[in-house]
Amino acid sequence: MATRPADPEATGGGFAWRERLLTTLQKRGAIVVLVLVVVVSALAFDNFLTAQNLQNIVLQGAFLGLIVVGMTFVIISGGIDLSVGSMLGLGGVIAAQTVQVYWPLALILPPLLCGLIGFGNGLLIAKAKMAPFIVTLAGLLGIRGLALALAGERPIGINGGSPFAWFGQGQVLGVSVPIIFVLVAFALGGLVLARTSYGRVVFAIGGSEESARLMGLPVDRTKIIAYTTTGVLAGFAGALLAARLSAGDPNAGLAWELDAISAVVVGGTLLTGGGGSISGSLAGVLLLSILQNLINQLGTLGSYAQQLVSGFFLIIVVVAQAYLSRKQRG
Amino acid sequence: MARGAAEKKSFDFSTATSWVRGRGVYVAFVVLVIFNLVVTPNFASVVTVSTLLITVSPIILVSLGVALAIGTEGIDLSVGSVMALASAFLPLYLGYGWPVAVLVVLFVGALAGLINGGLVAFVGVQPIIATLAMLVGGRGLAQIFAGGQSLPITDPVILWLGQGRLFGIPAPVIVAVLAVLVMGFLVKRTTFGRYVVAVGGNRSASFLSGHPVRRTLLAVYVISALLAALAGIVATARLGASDPSNIGLLIELSAITAVVVGGTPLSGGKVKIMGTVMGVLLIQLITNTFIANDLPFTWAQVLTAAIILVAVYVQKGRGTA
Repeated sequence: MATRPADPEATGGGFAWRERLLTTLQKRGAIVVLVLVVVVSALAFDNFLTAQNLQNIVLQGAFLGLIVVGMTFVIISGGIDLSVGSMLGLGGVIAAQTVQVYWPLALILPPLLCGLIGFGNGLLIAKAKMAPFIVTLAGLLGIRGLALALAGERPIGINGGSPFAWFGQGQVLGVSVPIIFVLVAFALGGLVLARTSYGRVVFAIGGSEESARLMGLPVDRTKIIAYTTTGVLAGFAGALLAARLSAGDPNAGLAWELDAISAVVVGGTLLTGGGGSISGSLAGVLLLSILQNLINQLGTLGSYAQQLVSGFFLIIVVVAQAYLSRKQRG
Repeated sequence: MARGAAEKKSFDFSTATSWVRGRGVYVAFVVLVIFNLVVTPNFASVVTVSTLLITVSPIILVSLGVALAIGTEGIDLSVGSVMALASAFLPLYLGYGWPVAVLVVLFVGALAGLINGGLVAFVGVQPIIATLAMLVGGRGLAQIFAGGQSLPITDPVILWLGQGRLFGIPAPVIVAVLAVLVMGFLVKRTTFGRYVVAVGGNRSASFLSGHPVRRTLLAVYVISALLAALAGIVATARLGASDPSNIGLLIELSAITAVVVGGTPLSGGKVKIMGTVMGVLLIQLITNTFIANDLPFTWAQVLTAAIILVAVYVQKGRGTA
């Protein structure tokens, strides 16, 4: 929001109030919906608002959440990263393979290697000027192939006794470790996006790359950093998920790129770039998690209906956003 | 600025390589065929070739639609789920005879396409999101209608469509060839084809020139969904049973890959029908080469990824920026 001048004030009078409400709804819609959904669910289901269930919801979204932080930066800069799900799979496989050698390697290598891949994505996109969709689509295919090849197309088990397992299954003051990591990631991401010059450049590139370049902003470097960060986070999420499940599954994270994009878009970030927020993305991830949790609680709805509801939900949110942003423009 | 960078690069290429640039898919395909003729045992047999062609037929059908969507600077991620919908609905209505069942399936496909196209053209939702929602929701709906079951297909006409032959040519291949001819005609020879390219090239210019932009977009997504529904029928017939959980799973990725490798730029304004067909053939041939030579299949995926990157990098600067 920092880069968007406060236009509603300019008009003044009664219209400003309405305009501001619409703007807020579009940008903060996910949070409003999130609060509504939580309140309704709490009233409708006795065991929704228990500490255990809330922890389950957040934990369910934690691994996706790490990816979503990076994806938010990438999408705001006007790009997209389809390779995150495959990188998560690769991260888990690398973690499972290195944990026997020396367990800290399982935490360090996945983010490092996936970060390198992300760096490669960024180079091809920023320097070779290739379309992000294509570069990361190739990544999606190639990295998944690599993960499957490395793992021999089977999940690799992790010895439960290893200290590494704590990073997926342990708790600090009753809070699961992956949740702590994802909260830290969201907090840092939010700070960087809203409060640093790097964040402003990300917004500027998404708004108009040409202008950003003409203003002398470090466009290439900013993009490369965004894709590298996304890779690091995806690799780390893969390692944590492997620790949680005590196995590195080369098929982990299949189609997660779509979930991540959904979460970001539901969170009010425009796919065209230039606008969005980390808090919205957090709300988006939580909404998707809650949706899944509610469907599980209802029980009568199978996983098929869950897909139907998710697809429908995504469309409602996006249509509402399109409608609101059109209203805004007059 | 992308064009400037690309032009600088193209000075290094000789005329021969610039010829190759425009026909990268064809060259790669021929090289791979020669490689297979030398290395793979029994490659030049009728069985091998017809198996390859039957396998690619549904992918070609789907890719044609995706190529059209990409030509308008859009994308259609929902094709696999529309295939699943087709697969789910086909056995439900076969009791009324095959023409009714096929019509119902095509109607369902068209409806899915109308939703996609309506969201894109009239509501202003981005194609990737509109069709992503259909990808997620469509398969769910298909599985609900099928009740999570796989139903056998017994109708001889439908079965022929997947497993039969005419003059020795497999029926799915005939369907695919017909679709390629129709789509080629549509893109090259009709006003609609011009509109597609114009909308993809510059949407506002096209709108200001009085082109029916919204109608064109709507038609593109309906056609894409119809082709996907047809692919669903063929794939189901080939299997001999409906399988909404697995039919067309991840086919959108193969299709996009094939379209892009075939020379249709993601930025729209161009539709390469033959290039798309060659793209599908090339990617399937890579997979087949690995399988036929007992190489780990997963490395084929890595190689495909590398080929996409090289193909797109090489094609850059041909007025796609």
